[in-house]
Parts: sequence; structure tokens; C-alpha cells
Amino acid sequence: MTIWEKVIRLKSETTTRLYEPAIHFQKVSYKVKDTEILKEVTGSFPKHRITTLVGPSGAGKTTLLKMCNGLLSPTSGEVYVEGLPLQDISPIQLRRQAGMVLQNSPVMDGSVYDNLSLPLRLQGKELSEEKATDILNQVGLDRKYLRRDSRNLSGGQQQKVSIARTLLNESNILLLDEITSALDPSSLREVEELIRKLNEVHQITVVWITHNLEQAKRMGHYAWIMIDGQLVQTGNISALQHSDDPSVERFLRGEFK
Amino acid sequence: MSTTALLLTLIFVFIPIILSKTLGLQLEKDTVIATVRSTVQLLLVGFVLKFVFDSESYLFIFLMVSLMIGAAVQNARKKGQQIKGITWKLIVTFVLLEVLTQGILLGFKIVPATAQYIISLTGMVIGNSMVLSILFLNRFVAEVETHRSESELILSLGGTPKQAIHRQLIRSIQASMIPTIESQKTIGLVQLPGMMSGQIIAGADPLEAVQFQILVVFLLLTTAALTSVCLGLLSYPTLFNERMQMIQRGNDSSDE
Repeated sequence: MTIWEKVIRLKSETTTRLYEPAIHFQKVSYKVKDTEILKEVTGSFPKHRITTLVGPSGAGKTTLLKMCNGLLSPTSGEVYVEGLPLQDISPIQLRRQAGMVLQNSPVMDGSVYDNLSLPLRLQGKELSEEKATDILNQVGLDRKYLRRDSRNLSGGQQQKVSIARTLLNESNILLLDEITSALDPSSLREVEELIRKLNEVHQITVVWITHNLEQAKRMGHYAWIMIDGQLVQTGNISALQHSDDPSVERFLRGEFK
Repeated sequence: MSTTALLLTLIFVFIPIILSKTLGLQLEKDTVIATVRSTVQLLLVGFVLKFVFDSESYLFIFLMVSLMIGAAVQNARKKGQQIKGITWKLIVTFVLLEVLTQGILLGFKIVPATAQYIISLTGMVIGNSMVLSILFLNRFVAEVETHRSESELILSLGGTPKQAIHRQLIRSIQASMIPTIESQKTIGLVQLPGMMSGQIIAGADPLEAVQFQILVVFLLLTTAALTSVCLGLLSYPTLFNERMQMIQRGNDSSDE
């Protein structure tokens, strides 16, 4: 157990329901040419919790997620990760700390082992077979997958490999972008279980973009609803069901996707 | 060649124009422009070269080489508009190539240091380098766009910009070098190189022409390698900013 984990445990024991933010947005806007993709978003993703991020296409969800690990910087406003402003953290450090998995997370050519060892190879290190097996077991795959060609895996297996690959950076924040939308129902459940386990056992903060409202309700401790570049509502997902905001209501009724 | 003979070569211009008219290819205008431009440019170069060769002055050789590099930069930069500072990157590439190749050729006394050799070989080196730059830039820009998600994946796993663009860079360098290497494998079998043909027509001993052509073949291998590697290494950093982010292009909203 690292010191950091001890601190976290101690904190979660002493402060019961008070969650400090893992990531905080302060009036964050993002513009490409004249198009405003994010409009003064202010809000937080609580530490050690799963926050689901829902909203119609083009709401700016992916843009927001890419800001969490510094793949994008806001045009104006400030993003804080664990209390530090984004520009005070080195990009490489930040990206290892806040791992990202995308819908079509490209598995690279080569075996599962080649894919898993990528994060370490980027640092000029080697991944031991034991550690690789260990991480595979964690995501519910066994040792025999290690030498398999990653292109021949099913969608669910590929997604598990890419989650495992991200986990090898020992991230304490996981940023997920529609990771189950291409999966069959049984793989979807498995991936959901895996994320829940990672959150509960390893206290990893999860930010999860999903189109699937049922999934958002099932998985999220909290939810953010974003529409048209704005954060229209945050809070407990069941509370959102009774929103007064007409656009949230329309979104929840499935009137725009 | 007599003036009548030269005028008769215009037949080779009329054939495509007639074909273009009959088949509605709409290439007549371009054909005429190309004909006029090539004639005027070549005649002009002929006079300039005659003047430079007669003057035997290094200043004029230098000016001539600069002019060639300038024209090559002007032409190639259109293909790399997306890359910031492409003009000076091309200048650095061409100048480096010119200094290196001429340095070896003249330094080891492989060819005599006269205007005839310097200018002709510069023309071949820079001309080929220009075509290669265009090939490389086209390919590189396309590779970067197609494999953007791969680059972002590597960045998101804590990779550096160089690691994120490594595969695309290697693929583009390979792609731009392969035509040079391949065409040299069949050289002499399918087509006689223009320079060698020219020398033979002008009455040179074929074996002597071949020796010189071998020099050119080797020279062009260096040209191919150096151009794409140099341009690649100069270009990739401009695709990223100081926060190690890929610079967004156009109105890419980065949200589905």
C-alpha cells in the first residue's frame, strides 16, 4: 500500500460523506474557431467515486474528458487535478495519473503482451511476464491470452486489454469514453463489473461518458448532464429524474440523442 | 539541331491538343501554357548557363544554386501549408543536402569544381529532393490525419510527441524513399536515364556516360534518404504544442 493509499483510507474512514474533488473545472470554455464547444463549465468529479457523464452527441463530453488528462487545454478557465492547476503538472505525469480508455481504443499491431507493455516501453522499461499475467487476471483474462494476436480478439476482450494497458500506468483516475457501446450484453456486464471492482477495491476515481442512461444509473454514484456545451445538472442520478430543466427532461425522455 | 527541325517538334504538342479537343479533355489551355513556359524557361536557362559557364565566376555559380533552391522551396511549400514554418524547413533541408553532396563531390575531387558539374549536379539533386519533399509531405500529412487516434493513445499513455508520431514518421519516410530505390533497381533495363541519353545523343562514349550515371544514381539515394529524414525530423515538432498536445486542425470538434 502506498502512502497515498493510506492517506486515502484514513480520510475515507474519518470523513464519511465528504468527497473532495479529484478533478475540478472552474469556468472552463473551449472554442475552435468560432464554435463554442464548452461554455463556462464549473463542477467537480468527486474522488474515489464513479461519475457518469451523459448528454446528446456534440455536447462536449469528449472534449471535457480530454481536458482531464491534458490532451486538450481550455481556451479559458481553469482545470484542477487533485487541487493542482493543470499547467503546473507535467503532461506526462498527468497522463499516467489520469488514464484514458476510448470507445475504439486502438489495440496496436502485435500480441496482447505487446499492447500491455506499451506504457512501460514508452518509459524505456520492460514489463515482466508475471506482472502482465497479473494485470490480465485483474481484467478477467487468463495467461494464455498473452501471446494471442490482439487483432483477433473479440470487441469485449480488446476493450479489457486496453483497460489493462491503461491500468499499468498505475493511474488513480480512469477516464472512460463510451467503452461499452460496441459490446454485446454479456461483455458489457463484465466490463461494468470490472470497473466497479476497480473503483471499490482500488479506490480509483472513474469518469465515464455513456450514451446509455440505464448504464449511467446502474454505474454512477453521480451524474453530470451536459447539453450543448453546458453542464446543465449534476448530482445523484435518481434526483435528476425529477429535473425542472426542460432540456434535461427532454433528454431523459430520449427526445434527442 | 536546325531551326526547322526544332519547329517540327511542335507536332508533338499538336497531338495532345488535338486529342484533348476531340475527346473533350479540356487540357488544351494547360498544354499550351506548359509548352510556352517550358520553352521560355529552358531557353532562358540556356542563355544564363552559357553566361555563367563563360564567366567562370563562383559568385554566379552561387547565385545560380541559390536560385534553384529558391524555386524548389517555392514549389514544395504549397504541399506543406499545415506545417508551421515549412518554408525555412525546406530551405534548411535543401541547403544541408547541397552542402553535403557538393562537399563530398568536390572535397574528394570526384568531379572537377567547374560550373558545368556543380550546376548540373545541383539541378539533379535539388530537383529530386523537391519531388521527394512533396511526396513526403503529402504522405506525412495524410498519415498524421489517418492515425490521429493512435497518436492520441500514445500521448494518453504518457508518451512523448516523438513516440506518438514515430510510426507515422517512419512510414512516410519509407513511402517517399521506396520509389527512388525501386526505380534504380530497373534502371537501364526499361528506360535509359535522361541525362545518360542526352550525353549519348551529344556524342559521348556510352561507357563514360554510364559511369557518370552511376554517380548520379548513388547521389540520388543520399538525396532521397536525407531529404525525407531531415524534413521529417524538422516537421513533426510543429504538430504538437508545449503541453504535448496535438494541435487541432480546422473545425475539428473532437466530440462525436
